[in-house]
Amino acid sequence: MEENTLNLRIHSLETFGTQDGPGIRLVIFVQGCEFRCLYCHNPDTLDLKGGKFLPLTAIEDRMDRMKNYFGDKGGITVSGGEPLLQRKKLITLFKDLKKSGFHTCIDTNGRLFNSEVGKLLGLTDLVLLDIKHMDDKVHKKLTGLSNVNTLNFAAQRELSNKPMWLRHVLVPGWTDSDEHLHQVGQHFKDYKTIERIEILPYHELGVHKYKELGMFYKLKGIKPPDEKTKQRAVEILSNYFKEVKLK
Amino acid sequence: MTRSTQNTFSAFKEGNWSTEIDVRDFVLNNVTPYYGDSYFLEGATTRTQMLWELASFELKKERDNDGCHSIDTETISNITSHGPGYINKELETIVGLQTDQLLKRAMKPFGGPRVVEKAIAERGLKMADRINDIFDFARNHNDQVFSAYDKEIMTFRSKGVLTGLPDNYARGRVIGDYRRLALYGATLLINEKLNDFEKVTEINEHNIRLREELKWQIKALKDIVKMATEYDLDVSRPAETAQEAIQWIYIAYLAAVKEQDGAAMSLGNVSSFIDIYIQRDMEAGRINEIQAQEFIDHFVMKLRLVRHLRPAAYDEIFGGDPTWVTEAIGGQFFDGRTKVTKTSFRFLQTLYNLGPSPEPNLTVLWSEELPIGFKKFCAEVSADTSSIQYENDDLMRESRASDDYGIACCVSQQTLGKRTQHFGARTNLPKTLLMSLNAGRDENTGVVLVNGITPMEDEVLDYNKVMNDFSKTMSEVARVYAKSMYIIHYMHDKYYYENSQMAFIDTDPEIDVAYGAAGISIVADALSAIKYAKVKPVRNEEGLTTDFEIEGDFPKFGNDDDRVDHIAKEITHLFFKELAKHQTYKNAVPTMSLLTITSNVVYGKKTGATPDGRKAGVPFAPGANPMHGRDTHGAIASLNSVAKLDYEDAQDGISNTFSIVPKALGNSREEQIDNLVAMMGGYFKNGAHHLNVNVLNRETLMDAYEHPENYPQLTIRVSGYAVNFVRLSKAHQLEVIARTFHDSMI
Repeated sequence: MEENTLNLRIHSLETFGTQDGPGIRLVIFVQGCEFRCLYCHNPDTLDLKGGKFLPLTAIEDRMDRMKNYFGDKGGITVSGGEPLLQRKKLITLFKDLKKSGFHTCIDTNGRLFNSEVGKLLGLTDLVLLDIKHMDDKVHKKLTGLSNVNTLNFAAQRELSNKPMWLRHVLVPGWTDSDEHLHQVGQHFKDYKTIERIEILPYHELGVHKYKELGMFYKLKGIKPPDEKTKQRAVEILSNYFKEVKLK
Repeated sequence: MTRSTQNTFSAFKEGNWSTEIDVRDFVLNNVTPYYGDSYFLEGATTRTQMLWELASFELKKERDNDGCHSIDTETISNITSHGPGYINKELETIVGLQTDQLLKRAMKPFGGPRVVEKAIAERGLKMADRINDIFDFARNHNDQVFSAYDKEIMTFRSKGVLTGLPDNYARGRVIGDYRRLALYGATLLINEKLNDFEKVTEINEHNIRLREELKWQIKALKDIVKMATEYDLDVSRPAETAQEAIQWIYIAYLAAVKEQDGAAMSLGNVSSFIDIYIQRDMEAGRINEIQAQEFIDHFVMKLRLVRHLRPAAYDEIFGGDPTWVTEAIGGQFFDGRTKVTKTSFRFLQTLYNLGPSPEPNLTVLWSEELPIGFKKFCAEVSADTSSIQYENDDLMRESRASDDYGIACCVSQQTLGKRTQHFGARTNLPKTLLMSLNAGRDENTGVVLVNGITPMEDEVLDYNKVMNDFSKTMSEVARVYAKSMYIIHYMHDKYYYENSQMAFIDTDPEIDVAYGAAGISIVADALSAIKYAKVKPVRNEEGLTTDFEIEGDFPKFGNDDDRVDHIAKEITHLFFKELAKHQTYKNAVPTMSLLTITSNVVYGKKTGATPDGRKAGVPFAPGANPMHGRDTHGAIASLNSVAKLDYEDAQDGISNTFSIVPKALGNSREEQIDNLVAMMGGYFKNGAHHLNVNVLNRETLMDAYEHPENYPQLTIRVSGYAVNFVRLSKAHQLEVIARTFHDSMI
């Protein structure tokens, strides 16, 4: 299938998504991301030219077939990969899905904000925004890029008065210090649109993919955070956010 | 007719049930639907705990003795054959055992004395000589079926095209409406059967048989009274209290499992009937919640201890020593009220009070309209115990035109007291497909099974040509299958009639004859491969297919892809149409199931490589499940594929077994429960029929495989029933571990 405006470049999809947004969701993992997070557990979704194409109509068709499972919470989440890189197509998709009354969600790193992204956010009922690191220097080390756009993206979402959930990957030695967690809290404590923050403990389930892809895994030797570290993170962030979820 | 007026406490609302036998009407008029949550429930009493400990001690002995506690090799079991038995007389509130000793298995040789002899010999024991002497004179089901079989049936049977036929064991499936004994008492039921006898006037073969059957039913009812007397119970009269109502129902059921060893002997739909008595006793201040739960716990404990004597070979098709004491819980009335009562909750609560268990086979009749509190409690119980299954009440209530039904065996609807069914095991559809690719021959031996199929010599298989030959082959298989079923049920009625069960069913009821098919997902994938990819058969010197080379990808069943899902639907329709063409014994109405029990493993063993890429000997998926690991788009896509199969073509049931890792259901307990409720709601709204729900980690099963001693009560749903995982054969355990476990993808 050729690339065109009516098909999405995807990695895969999951019809029983329960980890990315409320209720039961169709989760579309899009292909392509410009961040190079050291801990990325989906390195196979990074290549901007990889994946396969899925017509938007096929996604809408799946949504219709899943409608009865959604109840009053479920819907679609576009994750990835980075959804914003295919914003034009997602605008078309979400317009149609909103017409049919579906709940829409994107799971993003907030890589950029422009008028198209603004338009997409207008069609997005819930944003899951991944905050990698507050210190720009560390952010660059961790992801290869600056966090300026991400913070701007958050501020723009706040202005729109529409809900968002923050997500933060807890990586021992990188993002789990008290100081850093307080920074996250301080920065976002006055945001009214943030309904919850989710702590995603670092895990090693994606490590085998690096080998298969012929890539170096740069966090070798780092172990998932222990129970104490996770509880400490919950404790600190609870000072700033009304709901803290440890996943 | 006049109803006994001995019911001194009666505050029951009168109705049609007061002037004729109509239990449904009694329930309809007197039930108290419950719309609340589970907070009223009580835990196990000390008495219950002590009693279950005593039973557990004997259950451990049974496990340690390779799954059989002890056998009575002397006495032929019937309703009155054994004196009273107790776990502990002082502790029990509901009494009665099949023999005089807990877990001691009894001989019921009229299904086939050779099978009984074998089962005993396998345990290093010897069947009493006098049993052999008796069968030098008496005839039995097994021998008489085989005396009437022809060569064709024998070949189909030995080559594994038809497997598990109830020709050497009791057919089961009949559900007596055991509530009748509690509501009416035996005296009235006997009088009604005598009246029915008087009404049979014209003399013809059917009526003579009917008169004979009625006399057997009446004798059974009299024997039930006798048996109950030994427990100091007078079941000739109606039950007066909740405890009696439960006890009377159990006595009626006990008679059935003393007399018969049918593959599946369901209980029916007793919980909300019992609730009427509990509710009344509670309102009168005679019992409280703790006592009510204790009665149910003790009743369910008894149902868990039902045993039949089976040979080892039986384990291949019905693994894990199941008894299918299936109890249907919940559902809705036609008038829009729910059938859920507090006792629906109390039955499920036994899975906490006594721990998880495969029996009784608790089956929730799911309706969109069920109270949310009940839906959530069911989901909690599923998440905690993996011990319950679900069936679509909205679908069955309409399609089968009844709101008072039980589930026979695993998944099969049966209107209580009004209809019965003749069980027919199943046919091997993938093997049927292979026959059509091999000029009607068995792919393993070359033996000709079906004549008139032209040899297929194509290098690449052509979809239309294959479909044409496959249809012809299905038609022939259906003919032979129908013929064997006619013989089996003719002989079963004659030599192993279900006297006591039929005594609790209307005289001369309507009958369904329940055919079955295994391997639908393999056939669908195989035909999809032929249609959408290039499939080249590999043949040996005799021209028999030994393997298939597949070039290219093809849609696979289990991904919500119409291209292949519609093939599965079409084949189901075609095969059922073929079955429905044939004359049946007692003019039974044909139905069909897509169900395997655990025979998917043995079917796989007997079936050569198939065009979907499955290698020779590999197990089939159970029931209507997608093949292991081929459903790659997540759980909903998998469920939606199965939901497309048309219930009208398979009214005996479409079984789907679903395994999910707890974490994949959601992050918190609350999310997990909400998502499970939403998932079942969507699945059934999409028209699906049945779902087994397992919420388990694969690691748990692997650990139980290695260390069975640590998991005595680990229960999993397999195909329309539940088993103690550790009581499955190692081959069945591995097959279960290999199944698709829905997990989040990345």
